[in-house]
Amino acid sequence: MAEAVSAKTPSLSEQYHLENEVKQVKEDPSDENTSEETPDDITLKTAPADFRFPTTNQTRHCFTRYIEYHRCVAAKGDDAPECDKFAKFYRSLCPSEWVDRWNEQRENGTFPGPL
Amino acid sequence: MKTIVLKWLFLTISPCDAAEPWQLGSQDAATPIMQGIIDLHHDIFFFLILILVFVLWILVRALWHFHYKENAIPQRIVHGTTIEILRTIFPSLISMFIAIPSFALLYSMDEVVVDPAITIKAIGHQWYRTYEYSDYNSSDEQSLTFDSYMIPEEDLELGQSRLLEVDNRVVVPAKTHLRIIVTSADVPHSWAVPSSGVKCDAVPGRLNQISILVQREGVYYGQCSEICGTNHAFTPIVVEAVPRKDYGSRVSNQLIPQTGEA
Repeated sequence: MAEAVSAKTPSLSEQYHLENEVKQVKEDPSDENTSEETPDDITLKTAPADFRFPTTNQTRHCFTRYIEYHRCVAAKGDDAPECDKFAKFYRSLCPSEWVDRWNEQRENGTFPGPL
Repeated sequence: MKTIVLKWLFLTISPCDAAEPWQLGSQDAATPIMQGIIDLHHDIFFFLILILVFVLWILVRALWHFHYKENAIPQRIVHGTTIEILRTIFPSLISMFIAIPSFALLYSMDEVVVDPAITIKAIGHQWYRTYEYSDYNSSDEQSLTFDSYMIPEEDLELGQSRLLEVDNRVVVPAKTHLRIIVTSADVPHSWAVPSSGVKCDAVPGRLNQISILVQREGVYYGQCSEICGTNHAFTPIVVEAVPRKDYGSRVSNQLIPQTGEA
């Protein structure tokens, strides 16, 4: 589970590079990342804006994606690659507590949706 | 001594992204929405000053000239067609000049023209926030979830803001369209970051979506904006916008130790 307190908050002098000369402040603060693998590997993609749900309230959007995934799995089998994208969508949109609760309800047979 | 000089040199020219003592105006805009709000405020303020000066002038003039010693016999005017027409047309024109930019901003705020690149879930609890970045998981386990608690006053370092700092900030890439889904796990909260022009209620059982584009790197502060119990004043929000190419490594490296998951 997530820890509540982190030791990673940079101190103020680190954050503002106060020990360095003022001109170095303008440097791109990515020095600590040069040794990592290229960050560009993570392509930023997420559930697209769905025109069926144009308003601020996206509750139904999350619910619909979850149901679409499970219907897809019911129709095509557990490992069908077409269902993967629905899975990604509902995981992006729905809080994990909701997903856990719905999974439990599905197992108990009490899920209130048209699976 | 050198650090004090440098601090005053650098910090006094840094943008206002957190509440300042005795602040009168808005914080500096970090998103197009906030810039639009500030521009609308300036538009309306112009007409406001116009009307204020006019009304005050008429009021003072009336008080001055209609003093019983100055003017013992007041004139009794019942109607005047020209002035009545003018005083109907001008206010409608002013209302129109205020309404047009106002509605333009209102409807453009709701438009989501570009698909967002990232979805971040901000879940309010009593009395902390949980952030989930779940775009990358391949199973129902979250890829990245962490809690964000306020740093208590005793643990603050020199230069940090009281009641505004948190231990884990929301790291977002700058100049990227984000979708933030705001909800709550217990009572209503509100996720507000003034410099980004965001205030979105976190209602349990409901997912509210906001679309923002943070235009510059920086650290933006906000506070919980819906009464949620005793520590409502002690649940701040801190958004840190990093360059897009650094976002990947920040998210995968700096935050992994807290979640223990890849």
